[in-house]
Amino acid sequence: MMQEGLDDGPDFLSEEDRGPRAVNVDLQTDATLQVDISDALSERDKVKFTVHTKSTLPNFKQNEFSVVRQHEEFIWLHDSFVESEEYAGYIIPPAPPRPDFDASREKLQKLGEGEGSMTKEEFTKMKQELEAEYLAIFKKTVAMHEVFLCRVAAHPVLRKDLNFHVFLEYNQDLSVRGKNKKEKLEDFFKNVVKSADGVLVAGVKDVDDFFEHEKTFLLEYHNRVKDSSAKSDRMIRSHKSAADDINRIASTLYTLGTQDSTDLCKFFLKVSELFEKTRKIEARVAADEDLKLADLLKYYLRESQAAKDLLYRRGRALVDYENANKALDKARAKNKDVLQAETTQQVCCQKFEKISESAKQELIDFKTRRVAAFRKNLVELAELELKHAKGNLQLLQSCLGVLKGDT
Amino acid sequence: MWFSWSPVAWCCLVSAEKDISPSSNGPKAEPVLFLCICAHMSILIVINFFVFLGDGMNAYMVYKVLTKTSLSIFSRDEVCVKRRFSDFLGLHSKLASKYMHMGYIVPPAPEKSIVGMTKVKVGKEDLSSVEFVEKRRSALERYLLRTVKHPALLKDPDVLQFLESSELPRAVSTQALSGAGILRMVNKAADAVNKMTIKMNESDAWFEEKQQQFDNLDVQLRKLHASVESLVCHRRELSVNTASFAKSAAMLGNSEDHTALSRALSQLAEVEEKIDQLHQDQACADFYLISELLGDYVRLITAVKGVFDQRMKTWAKCQDAQVMLQRKREAEAKLQHANKPDKLQQAKDEIREWEGKVQQGERDFEQISKNIRREVGRFEKDRVKDFRVVIIKYLESLVHTQQQLIKYWEAFLPEAKAIA
Repeated sequence: MMQEGLDDGPDFLSEEDRGPRAVNVDLQTDATLQVDISDALSERDKVKFTVHTKSTLPNFKQNEFSVVRQHEEFIWLHDSFVESEEYAGYIIPPAPPRPDFDASREKLQKLGEGEGSMTKEEFTKMKQELEAEYLAIFKKTVAMHEVFLCRVAAHPVLRKDLNFHVFLEYNQDLSVRGKNKKEKLEDFFKNVVKSADGVLVAGVKDVDDFFEHEKTFLLEYHNRVKDSSAKSDRMIRSHKSAADDINRIASTLYTLGTQDSTDLCKFFLKVSELFEKTRKIEARVAADEDLKLADLLKYYLRESQAAKDLLYRRGRALVDYENANKALDKARAKNKDVLQAETTQQVCCQKFEKISESAKQELIDFKTRRVAAFRKNLVELAELELKHAKGNLQLLQSCLGVLKGDT
Repeated sequence: MWFSWSPVAWCCLVSAEKDISPSSNGPKAEPVLFLCICAHMSILIVINFFVFLGDGMNAYMVYKVLTKTSLSIFSRDEVCVKRRFSDFLGLHSKLASKYMHMGYIVPPAPEKSIVGMTKVKVGKEDLSSVEFVEKRRSALERYLLRTVKHPALLKDPDVLQFLESSELPRAVSTQALSGAGILRMVNKAADAVNKMTIKMNESDAWFEEKQQQFDNLDVQLRKLHASVESLVCHRRELSVNTASFAKSAAMLGNSEDHTALSRALSQLAEVEEKIDQLHQDQACADFYLISELLGDYVRLITAVKGVFDQRMKTWAKCQDAQVMLQRKREAEAKLQHANKPDKLQQAKDEIREWEGKVQQGERDFEQISKNIRREVGRFEKDRVKDFRVVIIKYLESLVHTQQQLIKYWEAFLPEAKAIA
């Protein structure tokens, strides 16, 4: 499955549709099951996603239908995969992050408070900026929820899951209210134990070269991706701040241009116009870097964690298998409960082998997906950077031509 | 690259063993302004080499001021002198006291900076000290260039002495001569204006209009300056964050086990590293071209407002003289009826004295009004030229940055496509 990108039209800031967006997902599957998020509504503290399904599978009552789902219901579905023994041998597609509009809302509020201290034009401009930002975050969260569903729909085994079908089809509320405090605490402890376990299991050297290599690779890779993701976020934030400064500079130059009594007035107006345009391009560059680079890294941070979780589950199964072997040897030695020990050992063996087999394929697929996603996004990143730099260059050169000629 | 780097300037400030990587040095700003003066007046001033004398907190920086000229008022066509910062302040103080009350716009000297200088004295050889010294050198250069651009100041004996004579008496009480000192002088004039009991009846609309314009300009330039300073700050931040990301991407490339992708990620890291340098250079352009120019003009406009206030002060003096004359006349009229001949004579003398003062006051007021009109005309012409030259140069720097970006990404694109 490919990392999905947002539809980037030529003028991002003027897009105001919340309707169906083009989804850059390479669906290897056929028309038997197609899922997308056809609409979304942002309310005060929640987002309502309209999940739209087209399917020729007999399990569904209709061929095309939609339901409304909220973030918690996606989490419920994801957790049900994670907790199921059946899927222990697969990389569970990472859950989409919670929609977070807090920062954006805070900025809009601050803007409202500072309304008195700026001119009407400045206020309108900044409001438009922030609204565009809000819209961008909104689109992103929709995309991330959609990618999760598409990954599940494309997975040969997960797509058949009953909970998934219920999620897609059941048109009532699934009543999976947010976890209460007690459950959250339980989760916390589960994770603590898991990570301690993880360390223990990771320490055991694997007999299988493939898995040994994967373990080493994933541990390091995950940490590096985490670092790169954080650093790319910081870089992009600075870029946005610089674009904001250019915005303010353009406004002040405009005021200077209207007030100046000398020949400079035309000069200032022209330069102000130039900076208005280049500023939009700079903001676009930051937005594209965010989509093609930062989001890519964030996604593979989550995916590599999911892959690590798979290795952990296999490791646990291996430990169980080895313990069962030891127990069998002991039972045979004492000649007590041998049959029971034999069945336990067989069950553990089967479980371990089943996981190992599917895990191997999953990890190979993970690599293929990762390489393809990076390739696509890096190529698109370079192409967009080039497009914007050329756009900027053209604006600058034409303005310089006019200004120099005006002597 | 249009920033030149002169390593010679640094060898006295830091010992040879210290490793200073190229990216940590602040590039020297080209004296952009001399380009417009040179063609005009055949004089070139460059402040180049400097040296740290003394030690500890008593240490001071000595600047070498090189003047090259074909003008006959100079005794030689090339002369180099050593000056310290307080000498510059001293020069400005002399010029301000001589010419400001006549309505001449005397270019303000650079600000004193105790914090900045202390860091340098204490031997902090980090990027901020390096930048501070370069910022000051550049500011002093611009100060002298603006001073000699003024036709009256150029001929002033103090200016000539400053540029030519090898020995200069040390300027005393430089606290009074600092930017704050001059501000105090300007504020005193403003206070005098505010205390005027009779508000000036402005018969000349030109002055009222011009004052309003300069007030507006002041507000907008300060705003612009603040935004540009913010931009400089964010671009520097961007440069640092890009460098940090580049390193991280290189590490990611190292840990990636798919060969072609690993190579592409390393290439991405290299591109980002080059871009970080680009951002740094651009931030320098933002700073040395635009930010410093705006800072200079904010201070210059304070000087302009100062001469307007001087005019009002002159008018007030003239008014006071008239009031005094009136009183003397009234006193004389009273004495006409009393029989005190010598007091009467004294009164008549005093009337003549004050008639003279009134005439002088009126002449002064006319003269300062005439001077200000001429000065403002010259100032505005220079302002137009300065801004045009600098903004065009700045846009050219932006063009260069975009051209480099295109080069880097064009080189990277095939690498990304090569991932198989």
